[in-house]
Amino acid sequence: MTSSHGRRLLHLAAAVDQQRVYDADSYVGLARLAERGGLDFVTLDDTFARPGPDALSVLSRVAPATGRVGLVPTVTTTHTEPFHVQAAVATLDWVSRGRAGWRIDVSATEGEARLFGRRNAAPPDALWQEAGEVAEVAARLWDSREDDAGIRDAATGRFTGRGTLHHVDFTGSTFSVKGPSTVPRPPQGHPVRVVEATDKHARGTAARYADVALVRAVSPAQLAAARNELREAASAFGRTPDDLRVLASLVVDLGGGEYAAEPGHGGGGPRPTARGPLYRGGPVDLAELIAAWYTDGVTDGFHLTPAEPRRDLERLVNGTVALLQHRGLFRTFYPGSTLREHLGLARPANQYAVAGGTS
Amino acid sequence: MTVRQRLRRKRIHLAAHVPGVDNASRPGIEFASFEHLARTAERGLFDFLLLADGPRPREHEGRIDDVDVVGRPESLTVLGALAAVTDRLGLAATVDATFNEPYELARRLATLDHLSGGRAAWNVVTSSDAFTGENVRRGGHPDRSERFSRAAEFVTVARELWDSWTPDGVSRPFAHRGRHFDIAGEFTVPRPPQGHPVVLQEGDSEEGRESAAATADVMFTRHGTLEDGRAFYADVKKRLEKYGRTPGDLKIMPAVTVVLGDTAAEARERAAGIRRQQVSPQHALRTLERLWRVDLSSYDPDGPLPEIDPVPEPAIAQGRPRHGDSVAVAEKWRALSKEKGLSIRQTVIEAGCGRPSLIGTPEAVAAELDACVRRDAADGFVLVPHLTPGGLDEFVDRVVPLLQERGAFRTEYEGATLRSHLGLSGPAGKG
Repeated sequence: MTSSHGRRLLHLAAAVDQQRVYDADSYVGLARLAERGGLDFVTLDDTFARPGPDALSVLSRVAPATGRVGLVPTVTTTHTEPFHVQAAVATLDWVSRGRAGWRIDVSATEGEARLFGRRNAAPPDALWQEAGEVAEVAARLWDSREDDAGIRDAATGRFTGRGTLHHVDFTGSTFSVKGPSTVPRPPQGHPVRVVEATDKHARGTAARYADVALVRAVSPAQLAAARNELREAASAFGRTPDDLRVLASLVVDLGGGEYAAEPGHGGGGPRPTARGPLYRGGPVDLAELIAAWYTDGVTDGFHLTPAEPRRDLERLVNGTVALLQHRGLFRTFYPGSTLREHLGLARPANQYAVAGGTS
Repeated sequence: MTVRQRLRRKRIHLAAHVPGVDNASRPGIEFASFEHLARTAERGLFDFLLLADGPRPREHEGRIDDVDVVGRPESLTVLGALAAVTDRLGLAATVDATFNEPYELARRLATLDHLSGGRAAWNVVTSSDAFTGENVRRGGHPDRSERFSRAAEFVTVARELWDSWTPDGVSRPFAHRGRHFDIAGEFTVPRPPQGHPVVLQEGDSEEGRESAAATADVMFTRHGTLEDGRAFYADVKKRLEKYGRTPGDLKIMPAVTVVLGDTAAEARERAAGIRRQQVSPQHALRTLERLWRVDLSSYDPDGPLPEIDPVPEPAIAQGRPRHGDSVAVAEKWRALSKEKGLSIRQTVIEAGCGRPSLIGTPEAVAAELDACVRRDAADGFVLVPHLTPGGLDEFVDRVVPLLQERGAFRTEYEGATLRSHLGLSGPAGKG
């Protein structure tokens, strides 16, 4: 989809992370707020290392309570079963009718390894290589049942189309999977894969497998460099670079009112902090920053983590998003119904389907 | 009936099971069909909905058997979504304790319990099939005793994790070192609203009965007649005492498939029609091949049963109770076929699993369910609808009101959690 500027529309996403919150209602509330603003998707982070609920379960609970917004939980790949992970993500796509994503992450600490007692902590490059293999096997398993698998011929009781199930026969460095999956092919074909690509160890996996890469950057120049690197790497993997969306990740603190609370902030750009680049200022200045970086062509959009979840998401939707919509930079309604459609990404063809075959 | 008698009357517990194989069709995997079943079960004031785990694609002669290709969404994720469209219904997932890890599964179950306000349950099964073993990190084919011992320790660890936070929300470190698991750290989820999600167990075997008596809250069984049921019930309940439990601490709920009709004859006719629809000629042959464990593709489904004997099953058996020794079952089927002059397909229709167990008018079905519970053959039933998603509506509309009239079933939910529906006390925890 293209805007009047002749390029793709701006993409916006928000984190709905909340510390030590386990009840459904507050997550539903935040996701609905994001949906009211027409955001592409919400993310919910997850780790075994800190208190918090299972993110994919939370977003499955959110799915029937929302209608359009994409739902992207973090699911880690280090101590989990690749086969089970892909089944859960595919199921999230079913229960949300095509709105599921999967933020791929690894578990790097010895503490997390002890929770499972199966293997020791490994260096990040090995973990990210494995994460790439999990992404690869997930895509194969999502394709292991063709879209028409399961349409039963009433007369014979058999299912149409022989060969609609496929072994995937994957052997990776730490696991192997024969397949096929137990879950039917997801509505989106492949749910959207999101990788936080700031860490250099994650870059390769992001370039090869991510539909959306998140990059923490404090300046347009830094972001442009990372985006170019990712797009070139994606090309080297044989991908079309335009199939990869790169979003700038910022923590946003909109507590300061309409305008920047501190000189040098807001319009001056985010500053580096331990949590990542932090923008502190008003929703109007944030809209300025988003519009400027976006029209400079250094980013496809933004992934914003509200510092104070409820307050900042409200200000983001009612202030920043409203302004961007007013300027014609952001959608005012969802023209599509799946997350892939929001992101302007095609539904992938099945790698096992015989090209053009209808028999 | 006096008020006093009414109060003492044993109430029936009801659950609905969504099967993993066979009757599913394309619309059956859409969320809307799960939603319909769950809402119907809640309208019928059922205790819980039980989702089967994913069907394992079976291989036949080296290629994937396409009779079972529909596939199923993953249970816990579906239940998370169903928590959004129901308020009181218990939500039970079948998840195997062989190819999962306690920390992750306990966490997902605890999360579901929080998200649903105390309605989560876990149906613990073990699995040994080659399919699953070839798809997970910890593959292989653990033998039967290994699987049972891992499952028992798995449940113990899960309970330790659920107990690891104090009731007022302070995380405490846990450490478990056992034969199967050596893990330590902190759990990321506070104590679930139910204390522990409800634990279900399937199984008929000696080990199954003993471990259910030791740890399960609900036992899901598949026994047939009233007399079998009474014997099973008495046997399991008497085992509870040595674990310091009372008979009410474990609910025994056999599976039933109900077919209703305005008259007994109409119900029988409908049941026969359903079986003919379920058992196609190909399905009949495949069923026989699984039992015989040889290629029978040259046999005519409308012809007689094979004269050759089946190949006996290896020591590795399925996780759930099977028909028993395949040679003995084959012998029984041959006798049945000879006696009634039945073809292969007719024999499978008559004797194969999945046939309706309760066929009659709503009045007759209500009376029989009530009698089973009053005569201590069961505490309730897990209904296995023969058709999804509409298969439960008729029961809820026509049988539930009759059970309520008899005073045998609740007329409203009295509590909010699954434990309260089942009349189970909360686990003691560690305070």
